[in-house]
Amino acid sequence: MHDARGQIRRLPGLRLWLSGGWLLLLVLAAVFAPMISPHDPLEQDLFAARLPPFWQQGADPAYLLGTDSLGRDLLSRMLYGARLALTVALVAGTLTCLVGATLGLIAGYFRGWADLVISRLVDIWMAFPPVLFAILLIAVLGTGLTSIIVAIVVIDWTRFSRVVRAEAMSQGAMDYVASAQVAGRSRLGIALAEILPNVLPTIVALLTLEMGIAVIVEAILSFVNLSISTDQPTWGGMIAEGRTSIYQAWWVLVFPLVALFLTVLSFSQLGEGLKDYFDPVLR
Amino acid sequence: MSYLTIKDLTVRLKNGVPLLRKVSLEVKSGEVRALVGESGAGKSMIGKAVLGILPRAAKLTGGEILLDGEDLLTLPPKARRAKIGAKVALIPQDPLTALNPSRRVGPQITDRLVDILGWKRKQAEDRAAELLDEVHIQSPERVMRSYPHELSGGMRQRILIASAFAAEPKLIIADEPTTALDVTVQKQILKLIREMQERHDTALLFVTHDLGVVSKISQSLTVLYAGMVIEETDVRTFFAEPGHAYSRALLAATPKYTDPDGSLMPVPDSIISQVEQQVAAFDAQLKR
Repeated sequence: MHDARGQIRRLPGLRLWLSGGWLLLLVLAAVFAPMISPHDPLEQDLFAARLPPFWQQGADPAYLLGTDSLGRDLLSRMLYGARLALTVALVAGTLTCLVGATLGLIAGYFRGWADLVISRLVDIWMAFPPVLFAILLIAVLGTGLTSIIVAIVVIDWTRFSRVVRAEAMSQGAMDYVASAQVAGRSRLGIALAEILPNVLPTIVALLTLEMGIAVIVEAILSFVNLSISTDQPTWGGMIAEGRTSIYQAWWVLVFPLVALFLTVLSFSQLGEGLKDYFDPVLR
Repeated sequence: MSYLTIKDLTVRLKNGVPLLRKVSLEVKSGEVRALVGESGAGKSMIGKAVLGILPRAAKLTGGEILLDGEDLLTLPPKARRAKIGAKVALIPQDPLTALNPSRRVGPQITDRLVDILGWKRKQAEDRAAELLDEVHIQSPERVMRSYPHELSGGMRQRILIASAFAAEPKLIIADEPTTALDVTVQKQILKLIREMQERHDTALLFVTHDLGVVSKISQSLTVLYAGMVIEETDVRTFFAEPGHAYSRALLAATPKYTDPDGSLMPVPDSIISQVEQQVAAFDAQLKR
């Protein structure tokens, strides 16, 4: 019988390992892309166009995952594409988290007019369709890495502030907050030392989720050719190119799509696993 | 000598509805005063007003709260917080939410000693272990390293008591400290609070709706109805010959093991309407 409990407890561990493993692989690939890429991701070879992946008839072992319609090596392009995807995930995810969680904590614990202003702002923000909003922002800011990151932060901070606000409000009503107040702790001290640790598991889960979303948003922007300059390989850009030759060379579309899928899935699973890990009751 | 004196304390909701109607009471040094009344009578509100943790919707609109002869309400906020922190402590009602779930128990006790008395962490830890020993917790070191969810409700309430007495306050406000516990644990906790109060010679304002508890712990009591003081007396007089009809009705409503038929009487409507009239008359007088 006690085995059943053991298995339940093992599951989040496995989830953490699988998702963490994939993300670690991706980080290594991104960091060492110039060293491990078999080809220059931008080099075209029209004689080697649309070569299939290695297990198919007519494949060239020099091009492990095949080539696109301009004869560029898919594997190399994906490795370089991972660089942009991960940079955006980490930087945009973290910044969004900082902005959103801070505003949420202020609104949820300090309440009053700050809450009024922040909450109304969130309401207004949520009325915009996010992808259109992003495209509009890029159109105004111009393309480039900074613009993508700014766009993601500007669109998605509400995701954090809404959840963190609700969580901070319910924690703020607890007796331990009253006790800390009686003991003469300042409001800021209470927010940071008492409320924040209890909201942290939620923030961590949201943060990793947000990283996944950032990867998707980056892919969408790349797909519509609005991320970084077009000569740099991006997963979204590859998907867009692969779409035009789906019947002749499915692999051009499928490989970056699988990478995107696994990455987003890993981020969300990592978040779930970490949330359990950070929660003292479940730990 | 009176340590806490409350004079004409008035608390209203933001929309003007009164919660406390010119409440006056005092707690002498080293004395235990019970504050009794039905739910919603404003018992806890008095404690919260003294501690400066009134809920957002409530507003203190008049009166004085003298702590050790000094009016808390005229002090600037920072000085007031410091004074309350150093002299008054709270034993909260629900031990399950009164400890921060994501922090170990030890630091939550030592925080006060470090914050209020400016002690070193190590010194505070030794004192916390001593206090846990005083509230009869075995292996204090292990408990201090635990998270609240690893401990039972009774254990947590003991920890909260230890932590309330930690900085040697002169006054402790206990807000129904036994209500959330089951009856057998209630009795131990009550005994413990009494024991600690006597040993540390602390004044205690004990908020409760349980008259059985009152007879065991306090020397004097104040009966509250709708935020108004109905009767103020010492415990012996109260149980022998309660002065107000409402007090008599409250007593009759208390279950008694020795007299199962004569106890547990609901408070009669006639008496409710009598006190309601008294409250209405008081409000009318206030308006004039």
